[in-house]
Amino acid sequence: MIDPKVLSDHNLTIEEYERIASLVGREPNITELGIFSLMWSEHCSYKSSKAFLKKLPTKGKSVIQGPGENAGIIDIGGGLAIVFKIESHNHPSFIEPFQGAATGVGGILRDIFTMGARPIALMDSLRFGPLDNPKNRAVMDGVVSGISSYGNSIGVPTVGGEVYFHDCYSKNPLVNVFCLGLVEKKKIFYAKAEGVGNPVLYVGSKTGRDGIHGATMASAEFGEETEHKRPNVQVGDPFKEKLLLEACLEVMDKGLIVGIQDMGAAGLTCSTAEMPAKSGTGISINLDRVPQREEGMTPYEILLSESQERMLIVARKEDVAEVQKVFAKWDLDAVDIGEVTAGPNIRVSFRGETVVDVPVDAVVNLCPVYRRPSRKPAYLRALQKLDLPPQTDDPGAALLRLIARPMIADKEWIFRQYDHMVQINTALLPGADAAVLRIKGQERALAMTLDGNGLYCYLDPRTGGAIAVAEACRNLACVGARPIGVTNCLNFGNPEKPEIMWQFKKIVEGLAEACRTFSIPVTGGNVSFYNDTEGFSIHPTPVLGVVGLIDDVNRLIGPAFKKEGELIVLLGENTEELGASEYLRTIHGLEQGRPPAIDLKRELAVQDVSIEAIARGLVQSAHDISEGGLAVCAAEGCVLGHPAIGCILDLEDKVRTDALLFGEAQSRIMVSVSEVRLPELLELAAEKGVPARVIGKTGGKELAIRKSGREVLRLPVVRLFEAWKNSLPEALSVR
Amino acid sequence: MKFGVVVFPGSNCDYDTLFVLKNVLRQPAVFLWHKDHDLQGVDCVILPGGFSYGDYLRSGAIARFSPLMQEVREFAERGGLVLGICNGFQVLLELGLLPGAMLRNKGLKFLCQFVHLRVDNPETQFTRRARRGQVLRLPIAHFDGHYFSPPETLRNIEENGQVVLRYVDEKGVPTEAANVNGSAASIAGLINRRGNVLGIMPHPERASEALLGSEDGLLIFESLVRL
Repeated sequence: MIDPKVLSDHNLTIEEYERIASLVGREPNITELGIFSLMWSEHCSYKSSKAFLKKLPTKGKSVIQGPGENAGIIDIGGGLAIVFKIESHNHPSFIEPFQGAATGVGGILRDIFTMGARPIALMDSLRFGPLDNPKNRAVMDGVVSGISSYGNSIGVPTVGGEVYFHDCYSKNPLVNVFCLGLVEKKKIFYAKAEGVGNPVLYVGSKTGRDGIHGATMASAEFGEETEHKRPNVQVGDPFKEKLLLEACLEVMDKGLIVGIQDMGAAGLTCSTAEMPAKSGTGISINLDRVPQREEGMTPYEILLSESQERMLIVARKEDVAEVQKVFAKWDLDAVDIGEVTAGPNIRVSFRGETVVDVPVDAVVNLCPVYRRPSRKPAYLRALQKLDLPPQTDDPGAALLRLIARPMIADKEWIFRQYDHMVQINTALLPGADAAVLRIKGQERALAMTLDGNGLYCYLDPRTGGAIAVAEACRNLACVGARPIGVTNCLNFGNPEKPEIMWQFKKIVEGLAEACRTFSIPVTGGNVSFYNDTEGFSIHPTPVLGVVGLIDDVNRLIGPAFKKEGELIVLLGENTEELGASEYLRTIHGLEQGRPPAIDLKRELAVQDVSIEAIARGLVQSAHDISEGGLAVCAAEGCVLGHPAIGCILDLEDKVRTDALLFGEAQSRIMVSVSEVRLPELLELAAEKGVPARVIGKTGGKELAIRKSGREVLRLPVVRLFEAWKNSLPEALSVR
Repeated sequence: MKFGVVVFPGSNCDYDTLFVLKNVLRQPAVFLWHKDHDLQGVDCVILPGGFSYGDYLRSGAIARFSPLMQEVREFAERGGLVLGICNGFQVLLELGLLPGAMLRNKGLKFLCQFVHLRVDNPETQFTRRARRGQVLRLPIAHFDGHYFSPPETLRNIEENGQVVLRYVDEKGVPTEAANVNGSAASIAGLINRRGNVLGIMPHPERASEALLGSEDGLLIFESLVRL
């Protein structure tokens, strides 16, 4: 019996229910309602975001697959393509950090290998509340352990990522997982259910009662009673997934299958609905044949379970025995559970009865699309206004505090828990501006990075969105990579609040403009709404995953100063920008002002100079100037070195000293260059219309900064190193 | 020199090891499937790193029962060369081909990082290209690398020169800080008395190309190749 209580348990509105009934042509039964509630959930249907996401550029001559599949695909030439995507696992990670994060990794891996690609890299973008709260430490520890346990076991290196801390993530931690795989172009597979009469095979783990309604959970706010949602979180088995990965890649390599899709969010429901939807067919499955872990499961539970490590395969009849042989080799089941039909319905039988009989199209494509009302938030006016506080009288102390901020400090505590070297492609260890992986047998390499600044976006969504793209690309430019594609994970609060919808709209506009300027297609991603707990929303947090190509990996450089006596050159200009800065937040306790202005044309030119300079072997190091500004950038250049090398900077700019040292003006890259190559570098910059000048020299055991001849800061590198190195372990060892 | 790399379900350094043997050392190398009973005439068996059987129950505990392990044991008893890397070392301990056991790292965290290792026995077929006391820089990546054995066993293996590699600092001194996983006597590599079965926690295959930050791993493979 379907009543308002049942509807609200399924997160469906009365209007949505009426639409379902009219599409089905009768009242749906509870199992059918469960199917619709999952497939029409925000998480699966993008009903609130779809209309706006259309603004993002998704085309390009090397795009093989844009949004709409399990992952995006970009041609990188030489018969190879990359398959990549980012996904959120925020809600499960809050309820059960270890398993929530672990299954986030498992899910994104399946999205990649379901397309025929071998996953070669993982990255994570994490957001937690401040570490002085023990609950936040526990969440972070659980999330990092969960990622580590899954990625390490399956043997895909976690090569990079980022982590931020802010109180708005205390009850809504963000766990966004990115994965990239490599595939031969002629061996790409899609989620197709083609060929009427072709058998449908269920492969992988057995189905249990875990994760039922996971996608629905991710489509609602958390209240105080979230503890009881713990059973909605799935449990991961990386060993099973490793077997599944090898078996799937083997049947694909042998050309034994027609189509394949993983069972991720919404499990068996999602794959049985989406595969025929993409092929204009129907599907008929028998639940009695679905391998089950528990007794007495109802059709509702079997269909809605989000048990991990499962896939659905469509194969030709004559190949089924061979497919089963491969799976048996890997100790896995491959069970024939149904067949592709002419359509148009999904038919599910259970103990001789038809329990589901609904149109594929209705389930997958006919969810209402919402243009939810949006309104500029009231907080903006007050917060964007910034009365600058008096300058700090001790810039050295400020620098020591900034470099010890957990988001700026050394992340070794995290990344050494991740196997970041397995598969032997990691050419640049974590901690650099971007991760770099060689492509075996080629001179070229892939670079990738994740980036996003929630505070910028909170204080000016459009600019924040544009900066997220610009900065991710700048990270790539610092390792000499040209961006070729983007995936994004858009983390927001409740879209039913007009203020949140406004943030979303503005940020997408910013992202779209920047992606167009950089000519990089968005090939997919994920929207995570409802990151609210007890009425509080997170800062709007778009996380950008950008992938780039390096032509000659032998020219690769990192952010650290390499030698004494080299010249330090600033590409770009020091302008007075203090709004939304980490300096204001850390030293003055202010989260105010507008984020720095960004001129995308200038940004592009600055990046171009860096990429060219690295390709020509002109520079010894390159580092993006971002959170913490010029002083933090220089300090990192010092402490990241083996051995650490000091430097002296001589600045002349007519801006406030604190803005000069710690402001986050955009479009700046700090490079080091030998005296011999300096003229060539300056000429290159001039050609591209980019301001470039010598601002200092490497050497010694101190970091010293002078402004107009007067020393404003002098610190031993070893002190900076200790502050930077010990911060995270100390913050996390408190018990 | 023909190498065989054993593939257990859950092995994940099998491809890496094969790649280095074939593409860097230019040696014939094949995968050996764990369910087979055929060593394909190889001269050296490598048990690679990874998470055989998910490391469920205990690292290496289930892999020791794989069908091929019977042949590997006989091969070792005949004097055949066996190298266990990381998870492979753990399997060798479980098989009883090497003495002792592995515990969780002392910090109770997985550790993936470069470490320094001192060659304390250069007179083995695996280390003959090294100098005594030579310090190597190789990566580790494990959760259970904390080597343990009873005092008497430790005394024996020390007296017999069975400790091949030890965790040290850059200068070659075995300090507590350098012993990142807390291993007894800082042991990172252990050989059997006969000198044909070696288990090591570090990954030489991850340090065999300059592009990846170190070529010190080649020393072990090249020692084997130059028979």
